[in-house]
Amino acid sequence: MNFGLNILNNSAGGCGSGNSASDGCGDHGACGGCREASPERSRRDFLKRATTFAFGSFSLTLLPVSSGGAAEQQAIALASGASSATGVSGAAAAVKEKEVLYGFLVDTEKCVGAGKCLTACRVENNVPEGYSRTWVERFVHFKDGRVQVDLVPETGYAGSDIPAINPDLVERAYFAPKLCNQCVDAPCNQVCPVHAAFTSPEGIELVDPDRCIGCAYCVQACPYGVRFINPDTGIADKCTWCYHRIQRDEQPACVESCPVGARVFGRLDDPQSEISKRIAKIPTSVLKEHLGTHPKLRYIGITGEVN
Amino acid sequence: MDGSSFVFPNDPHVAWSIMIVLYPYITGLVAGAFIVSSLYHVFHQEALRPVARLALVKALCFCAFATVPLLLHLHHPERALNIMITPSATSAMSGFGIIYSVYMLLLLVEVWLVFRADIVARAQSARGPSGLLYRILAFGDREITKESQAADAWLIRALSIVGIPAACVLHGYVGFLFGAVKANPWWSTALMPIIFLASAVVSGIAALIVLYLFMCWRRNVTPDAACVRSLSRYLWSSLIIAVSLEMLELVHMAYEAGAEWHVLSTLLTERLAVSYGVVQVLIGSLCPFVLLLLAIHPRRNPKLMQSLSGLASVLILIQVFAMRWNVVVGGQLFSKSFRGFVEFPLPIGGREGLIAAAVVLTLPLIALWVAGRLLPLWSADESCQT
Repeated sequence: MNFGLNILNNSAGGCGSGNSASDGCGDHGACGGCREASPERSRRDFLKRATTFAFGSFSLTLLPVSSGGAAEQQAIALASGASSATGVSGAAAAVKEKEVLYGFLVDTEKCVGAGKCLTACRVENNVPEGYSRTWVERFVHFKDGRVQVDLVPETGYAGSDIPAINPDLVERAYFAPKLCNQCVDAPCNQVCPVHAAFTSPEGIELVDPDRCIGCAYCVQACPYGVRFINPDTGIADKCTWCYHRIQRDEQPACVESCPVGARVFGRLDDPQSEISKRIAKIPTSVLKEHLGTHPKLRYIGITGEVN
Repeated sequence: MDGSSFVFPNDPHVAWSIMIVLYPYITGLVAGAFIVSSLYHVFHQEALRPVARLALVKALCFCAFATVPLLLHLHHPERALNIMITPSATSAMSGFGIIYSVYMLLLLVEVWLVFRADIVARAQSARGPSGLLYRILAFGDREITKESQAADAWLIRALSIVGIPAACVLHGYVGFLFGAVKANPWWSTALMPIIFLASAVVSGIAALIVLYLFMCWRRNVTPDAACVRSLSRYLWSSLIIAVSLEMLELVHMAYEAGAEWHVLSTLLTERLAVSYGVVQVLIGSLCPFVLLLLAIHPRRNPKLMQSLSGLASVLILIQVFAMRWNVVVGGQLFSKSFRGFVEFPLPIGGREGLIAAAVVLTLPLIALWVAGRLLPLWSADESCQT
């Protein structure tokens, strides 16, 4: 079975070559081809959009400032690290030019739990101690059926106090890096009462630091435990896939620091990008799929134990 | 899962603390008190006449301070008005500003109308600063005519009718905030708004009984036995509905035994064993059920009836607080990894500490005391002086 993000770069409009009619693409939330194919889906989409439009119009009628517009562009600039007026307008212009969609792929078959990504993220994003924008979980499936999960130390296992495991008892083990899933239907964005949570034109969930009231509703709503209230700033904090870096056509810090290429970031709308090619070839899955959040973070090689 | 414990690294920081417990607790007291007041003004339950004014003023005093715990909780309280200036149409929370403001306005107008005749009379008779205050509160009114009193009565009834759904929305909405969080299996249930609403009515009536008995004792007045009995009956019925809904939700979760039930069952039997099993169910639900059943017996001695009702009401107030705690804090004691639990030691000091919570709960009572000095909470024909 072929999981469907590849359709985003599939001009034929199908759900990936490997799908049977009954299979579907496995990721309908991101699948334009399926929408076209299903009249029921089209009706649902229409109703969804009409409802959103109605609510949006109501909101706009009440208060024009509640729409994104210039304020949101400025927030994007802030999130991308631009502080000067030139930087703000430059980032906004850059956003307008780029009509891209980013995706992230984690290959658990490659990850070795080195922890380099963790340090890189903390340094790059000034993440306070005791909080994490990204982390790596180690899953050990024992032969007797037990599953042990622990957190990879930021310094890696060497020198850590985590006891060694007898490899003879282990049936399977792998590392599962975690970060923001950048959901298409992000519950964190939905619940934010003041438009502080917003989606960039590239589909990245960001936080407007000038609007956030620090109510932590988004923290509660995120099913993946990725959001937290930054104790230094008092605003919601989260992984942005290093939005400030990707604005400069750089890779996120965790991707760049990974010594084995277990984290792959790229454009889903470019069929020639590495992520598109790999998603087209290898079956992938998402976390907590039943919640209908449609994450843009996909995994290779995880079991149902990973959530 | 084999029981190995694993917690997501951001989960140990419990984001919603005692202030978010207090907020639904206070709005519950408001909603419950208002409904009692409406039982008198709309449904003409004459037995409730002695507490009708107290119920309304109590609702106003608690409602006036309902935002305090939220402001203490917000990390950026200076931006609190953003929720009204730039509300997001997709957020359940963004409705707060409008719902709260409408309800507060409704309460203010109704209280003013109920006390208008007294305010105008005192504006004419009182001298000095208090006279000035009454003249300001009278808004220029100098006399009360029969026609204006009839208009007042009509308006009060209309506001009471509108206020019932408004009170339900105010509190049901709080339940919806939790019930709509699909990331949390302890919260995510469509029953949540109804459960919150039912427990709000319970807590509101219980608080009214406690306040009425306490104030009568302080004023050296015998409480109206028919009134207390009537309140106790309403309380008993509401308690049955509220607890049934709470148990229904729990039994449903257990019977369904979904993917996360293993975490929830451990949460109930270990982490919330005392606050849920002992306080909420045993002490807070079963004991008051029996006490109230004994109290409402028609041939019960009035003094004994009042003691039983008072004790049951105190236990119910503890039960509802425990219920709020178990929902709000309990829902954050397990990690979203569903593989482990976190600790939450409630701080004593600080913005979200125990002392701050006690102060927040005391403020409406102080306001009620002040209101009692300014306005006649008791009917002039109260004939139960000892």
